[in-house]
Amino acid sequence: MMQSATQLLLLALVLPLLAVPGILLARNQPNLREAISLLTGAALFIVNLCLFSLGEGGVVLVEILPRLAISLELQPLGLVFGLVASFLWPITTLYAIGYMRGHDEDNQARFYVFFAIAISAVMGLAYSGNLFTLFVFYEIVTFSTYPLVTHAGTEKALKGGRTYLSLLLGTSIVFFIPAMIGTWFFAGNLDFQPGGVFGEEVSPIALSVLLVLFAFGIGKAALMPFHRWLPAAMVAPTPVSALLHAVAVVKAGVFSVVTVVVYIFGIDTVAKLPITPFLVYLAGASILLASLVAMRQDNFKSRLAYSTVSQLGYITLGAFLASEAAVAGSLLHIVMHAFGKITLFFCAGALYVAHHKSQISEFDGMGRVMPITFIAFTLGALSIIGLPPLGGVWSKWFLMMGALDSGYMIMLAVLSISSLLNIVYLLEIPARAFLKPAPEGATLQEARSSSVLAMTITALMCIALFIYGSDIYEFIRSARLT
Amino acid sequence: MLSHLAVLQVVVPLLAAPTCLILERARAAWLFACLACLLSLGISIALFMQVEASGPISYALGGWEAPWGIEYRIDALSSFVLLLINLVAAAVIIGANSSLTAELPEPRHSPFYVLFLLCFAGLQGIVATGDAFNVFVFLEISSLATYALVALGRDRRALFAAYQYLIVGTIGATFYLIGIGFLYSLTGTLNMADMAQLLPGLEEQRLVAAAFAFVVIGIAMKLALFPLHGWLPDAYSQAPSMATAFLAASATKVALYLFIRMYFEVLGQDAVNALFPVGKLFLLLGAIAVILASLAAIRQNNVKRVFALSSVGQIGYLVIGVGLGNALGLQAALLHLFNHGLIKAALFIAVAAVVCRVGGSRLEDFRGLGRAMPWTMGGMVIGALSLIGVPLTAGFVSKWYLVLAAMESGLWPLVALVLIGSFIALFYVWRIVEVAYFQPRDGAAVSEAPLMLLLPLWAMALANLYFGIDTSLTVGGSEQAVNFLMGSRP
Repeated sequence: MMQSATQLLLLALVLPLLAVPGILLARNQPNLREAISLLTGAALFIVNLCLFSLGEGGVVLVEILPRLAISLELQPLGLVFGLVASFLWPITTLYAIGYMRGHDEDNQARFYVFFAIAISAVMGLAYSGNLFTLFVFYEIVTFSTYPLVTHAGTEKALKGGRTYLSLLLGTSIVFFIPAMIGTWFFAGNLDFQPGGVFGEEVSPIALSVLLVLFAFGIGKAALMPFHRWLPAAMVAPTPVSALLHAVAVVKAGVFSVVTVVVYIFGIDTVAKLPITPFLVYLAGASILLASLVAMRQDNFKSRLAYSTVSQLGYITLGAFLASEAAVAGSLLHIVMHAFGKITLFFCAGALYVAHHKSQISEFDGMGRVMPITFIAFTLGALSIIGLPPLGGVWSKWFLMMGALDSGYMIMLAVLSISSLLNIVYLLEIPARAFLKPAPEGATLQEARSSSVLAMTITALMCIALFIYGSDIYEFIRSARLT
Repeated sequence: MLSHLAVLQVVVPLLAAPTCLILERARAAWLFACLACLLSLGISIALFMQVEASGPISYALGGWEAPWGIEYRIDALSSFVLLLINLVAAAVIIGANSSLTAELPEPRHSPFYVLFLLCFAGLQGIVATGDAFNVFVFLEISSLATYALVALGRDRRALFAAYQYLIVGTIGATFYLIGIGFLYSLTGTLNMADMAQLLPGLEEQRLVAAAFAFVVIGIAMKLALFPLHGWLPDAYSQAPSMATAFLAASATKVALYLFIRMYFEVLGQDAVNALFPVGKLFLLLGAIAVILASLAAIRQNNVKRVFALSSVGQIGYLVIGVGLGNALGLQAALLHLFNHGLIKAALFIAVAAVVCRVGGSRLEDFRGLGRAMPWTMGGMVIGALSLIGVPLTAGFVSKWYLVLAAMESGLWPLVALVLIGSFIALFYVWRIVEVAYFQPRDGAAVSEAPLMLLLPLWAMALANLYFGIDTSLTVGGSEQAVNFLMGSRP
């Protein structure tokens, strides 16, 4: 039993990398190249399903310093994240085929190679057995996505890439590393364990400082004021924005925050720290401010980016509310938001490829030109807003329960106001598309079929998650979190 | 034969140097120098293993017993540093031929090898000997050879840089000699271990302080410790590329070795700090060096100067480690001494490869090289990541220890400073990476660097990765050295 878990964990890490030489060898045969990507993606999802059925196991890969090792470990939080990321990878590949070809992009082989490396790193991050491993894979994610952000190679892309790299690496060097070394200094190890690693004797002040360092150091969680990299990353091709900047990279960030709260500090410890209310309010402010900024964006992808910043605030908020219900709500929101937001990005890309429209003010009447795209968009948007019968309703529900549990009544108001703001800035788009008159001479023209298929799947998943949402919640709650 | 290894370590390159002079043909001289360096590398590995297994080795030169004769002493500290110098020297000499062919006219090749071997022998001598005056002799041998090496640079400005270095270096050596003179007049011995035993019993502590001041300032000049670093950027950017690769990775490291030897073993850290808070001074100077040099590096347009200034900053880290004064800090300094040697060797060999193909090392010369010279730039990126201190590279391990040591001393601002320094390193390194990978190359096509340069480059780059993952050799070696130094005077 343990043996097979070890092999499967390694396989999850290595499988995406195995696709790299294949992609490089077949770089001049697009069909074969994309088939390799797709098959590897499907295989990776199956591996993750097997891991899910195993449920436990772990492996130490290499010990760098005494008690400082690269090790993998199955735990419920990671399984949820790993399943979501590996499910969405082949679907994004499917979408990317339509997008990249429709758009005639250069350097497509390089694109798929770094995509595969990034996914491998995300797998490693999801199944990290200790903080150091998590940190290593976190950095690999940063470096492997940088060439994807600067893919276009234009001055604008380079500038975006610079912001991306300097903010993500900067926060991790200046905050994350000292937080990690400080944890080592006070606790003597970095192993993930329910209830945290710190002993009773460590002063709450020191722990508070460490928690703040983690909150800002994990820059991928895009907690304001370190969120600028995410809008900057929108210069990337849309499939990158869809999978990496709506799912893999940002979720890696919030997943790290949740993991640190649950397995390094322990939920009960965080709840008692004097700094926690400050972080809760900061997350609340991040939710509202980002929503307000999103309303003012006319560029479709920028609006989605700020919407993501706001939604990541939900997850960070759930972590800092520090009750079991809130943490479970956070994790659930990782899943729900992933499916909702990736659908929205797929739609953005489809509009851009098929009609070269990227500004929201140009969308008048487009609903009659691309009905499937806009129906999918509406479903994704409703899920993010949190209305039944879509998955997003569950995570918001449990987050609100968590806020009540922890006694932050004001956060209830924040979450409600944010939902209203979501309605304003997200539903404006299908409203324009369906209610305004169609542009003259427009005929029905969707994006390429593989792209349409991808967004249909994710939109339907938003509905399916409404039905199965409570099962996921039960799974998370059945795990030992404290 | 085996019992003579300690002295052979120095004698092999020292005798190989004049032989190279006789072998006038460049290629023959190169092959012979390679042979000598590889032999020396073998000796250093044997010594390292022997010291690890059975403790310090003492060798009486000419059979004259210490403290009357000259003693060669290889302990955990010196064998660790010798290993680094030899690794770097072997890598540099293997690539030297290809690089020199592109940079210098043929008649200047064999003088290069002669000077290189002399410098190498001198540096090894400083580390191997246990005699304070003998150190001075080897210091001069290596320094004189270095001045001439710098002056070999193809630009006329190299002469000025060499002259500048000559003046500073000579003052430094003189200061060191005066300090040793004081110590000799106080103790009547030149053997360092002997001195260490006699010094604490002396009454004239004021004179000891004066001697220490002279010794430290003398070494600080060779070390290029802020604010005595002015010679370094010019010398490093004007010398032939491979000479820079060797000097950057070894010369300042040996100066730091000498410094650690004097500070911890001969004079005793506590005794010195009782007279004057030197440790705090080092922390201050190191901190200023890290910030100022790193900021200056951002503004440079010549990649050699960027890395040279980065060296000044990294020396700041080393001195901070020493200044912290605890076991972890000293270990961090030793680890970074080793790791930074590997980092700078990789980076400067990569620059040499670029100079070899493109003809210059200005930032605009790097345009589009990511595509034109993928292997060279790949090696360089690994070195750069290690310089920033990304996990799984050697640079991360030493930064980890340094931050931990600063935390143990409770110096939290210093923790911030070390990390901000890394962050600035990200900026000056990434400028180069961005130019190389995302700016198109215009003008004539460039081919990949010759294999003989790629081999040492990748050996160093892979060493950076290896020592970032399997740290048993570096951490174990430095730990032994720390135990030896800290244990020798509780």
